[in-house]
Amino acid sequence: MTDPILQLRAVSKSFGAVQVLHDVDFTVRAGEVTALVGDNGAGKSTLVKCVAGIHPIDGGEILFNGEPVSITAPADAARLGLEVVYQDLALADNLDIVQNMFLGRERGRSWLLDEADMEQAARKTLASLSVRTVTSVRMPVAALSGGQRQTVAIAKAVLWDSKVVLLDEPTAALGVAQTRQVLDLVRRLAEQGLGVVLISHNMADVFEVSDRIACLYLGRMVAQVPTKEVSHGQVVELITAGRSGELGLQRPESVTA
Amino acid sequence: MAAPTEGPEKADLNKTDPEPAGAAERAAPASARAADFGIDTTAKSTSEAVRGYLTNLRNGDLGALPALLGLLALFILFTALDGGGTFPSLLNLANLLQQGAGQTIIAMGLVFVLLTGEIDLAAGTASGLAAAVMALHLVAGGNLLGAMGTTVFIMFALVVVLAIALALLLRIWAGAAFSAVALILLVIGFPPNPWLQMLMAVCVGVVIGCLTGFLVAKVGMPSFVVTLALFIAWQGVILQLIGDGGTLGLRDPVLFNVANGNLSTLWSWVLFVVAAGGYAAVLLNRQASRRRLGLVAQPTGLVLLKIAAVVVLAAIATLLLTQNRGPGSVVISGVPYVVPIVLVLMVAGTFVLDRTRFGRHVYAVGGNREAARRAGIDVVRIRATVFVISAAFAAIGAIVYSSKVGSVSPSAGGGNTLLFAVGAAVIGGTSLFGGRGRISNAVIGGAVLATVNNGLGLLGMPASVVFLVNGVVLLLAAGVDVLSRRRSAVSVR
Repeated sequence: MTDPILQLRAVSKSFGAVQVLHDVDFTVRAGEVTALVGDNGAGKSTLVKCVAGIHPIDGGEILFNGEPVSITAPADAARLGLEVVYQDLALADNLDIVQNMFLGRERGRSWLLDEADMEQAARKTLASLSVRTVTSVRMPVAALSGGQRQTVAIAKAVLWDSKVVLLDEPTAALGVAQTRQVLDLVRRLAEQGLGVVLISHNMADVFEVSDRIACLYLGRMVAQVPTKEVSHGQVVELITAGRSGELGLQRPESVTA
Repeated sequence: MAAPTEGPEKADLNKTDPEPAGAAERAAPASARAADFGIDTTAKSTSEAVRGYLTNLRNGDLGALPALLGLLALFILFTALDGGGTFPSLLNLANLLQQGAGQTIIAMGLVFVLLTGEIDLAAGTASGLAAAVMALHLVAGGNLLGAMGTTVFIMFALVVVLAIALALLLRIWAGAAFSAVALILLVIGFPPNPWLQMLMAVCVGVVIGCLTGFLVAKVGMPSFVVTLALFIAWQGVILQLIGDGGTLGLRDPVLFNVANGNLSTLWSWVLFVVAAGGYAAVLLNRQASRRRLGLVAQPTGLVLLKIAAVVVLAAIATLLLTQNRGPGSVVISGVPYVVPIVLVLMVAGTFVLDRTRFGRHVYAVGGNREAARRAGIDVVRIRATVFVISAAFAAIGAIVYSSKVGSVSPSAGGGNTLLFAVGAAVIGGTSLFGGRGRISNAVIGGAVLATVNNGLGLLGMPASVVFLVNGVVLLLAAGVDVLSRRRSAVSVR
């Protein structure tokens, strides 16, 4: 077992009167795929956005490599090597693959971008992820299929020497073959030594690729367990009821009340 | 995964099926594109490149092609219709360039705003205001305080100070610097000097842009409403500065020559060498470096063909414009000054959009604002800056069109100035939905509108017909934009 690369301790987040995250503890290890599961509105996406610096956290702390860090803007997360691949794909349709992959972190001087360098780096990254489905890295993203877009979004996250990649529902909108492609890619990321967080509703995907499962229930982290030690049914119980046998909240009723 | 052999199949499909909107075509692209990624490294042959271009066209990526074809058609049409041979005469063609330059420059600035998916309806009257300040300074012999009256002068200065503060708040350093120059020029009260007056006009444009940019980007008001309000407000300010029914004459040789003067024959050829040589050097250099780095380059033959075409066309144009085109005994020759002015602005604008970080971010904000924000781009700053650029270009355009007319009237920049500029950008292929367009589009679109107006005027058409035709041309252009977008949306999925 490796040391945790990213740790959240007692993180809370409210939007106005609504508290979305209650004292959430969450651990991500390098070289592992940690699945983050939970029902709609459990706070999965909010948790990811807190780590990404889109929503600053209200309480608790975030540790990176054991050091407490402050993440208040997307740039902070990027500097640490935390990359998020969003559900709604943060790609600009009118830009090509290279331009999207380097968006916000273009290489070269700000008055003369180094296009050739970026293009080569993009190609190398796509090749290292064994991406073979894109004809040209100078294709506008608008011309790509759903799976290809997801691939570009993930490759974008990998490009940065990232330490942790968070994937928000990467397979939700994909067909069978494309889902397979993306799951293979997720596994390869972990094999390259990255910490991978996979948010998914699809239990088959979760059990196939994850090493660990973390379950959110109404904004609370109810369990974080190795995938091998739990069954499909237990995870579903954790998601829907917040507890399953010895796992989870001892008195989940008090949360809903 | 699909075998690499699917590439040619796709081309065949396109050939045999001229209606790509069919269900088969819609289903095909995903698998057809799934060829090996290694294709990317091999150079394409000329015929492949041409075929790829045709495929792009069919998929709705029309670019400036409709406008270029339209321009060609208009030239042929007007030449045929104009029995007296006035339209195709050299004098008229040079005049056409000078007439269209002002609006074309405003349109170039507007492209920046349109790229972010916003609109700047105030660019027209903002340009008029910049011209009015410039002309007022000239007419009043440098005494702006006296010409404006103390109250107006102080309010004007306060607005400039406000613009500096807002630019600093938005961290648009260039905007703050130019606004500061405007303040200095205003306060020190320099004696009339055409160059300083032109600088002042541009700075006034920047001041206006800072205000617009702040209201749209920081406050978050819709650009349509903000700029509509400012459109009306600036008209009031112009009226206040010039006075009802008055006109400010630009009696200064330098200001007059901006749009009416010509380069000498020698300098005309120097311009040709610099422009055509520069174009060739840029293209050849890019070709060589991409080849060297093993990246996909266009076929060398095609690049050479492009260069040859540009060099030949530029040489012919320069040769014709250096002939005497004056009527009777008056000698007029040389390339009009507006040509290098427009060229420099076009090259600078294209460079900024294509090769700088700022330009990339402008496209990103227009393509997907949320994606840009998540990529760490300061969206507020980008959105505000495009309005500053638009207003600055508008001021430059105002200098040119005021110079052409020789005076600044209270209606300067009002009426249809702005709509012509928007029309020029859109006709050239800039999308009103944001994210798509180039500076050169504005130049081509501006040429189309200038040709329409000039040609119809020479045919003795009444203003009613001119307006109608302009409206129809704009509708056609916007229609092509929408249809091509729909087409590309269909071809994607």
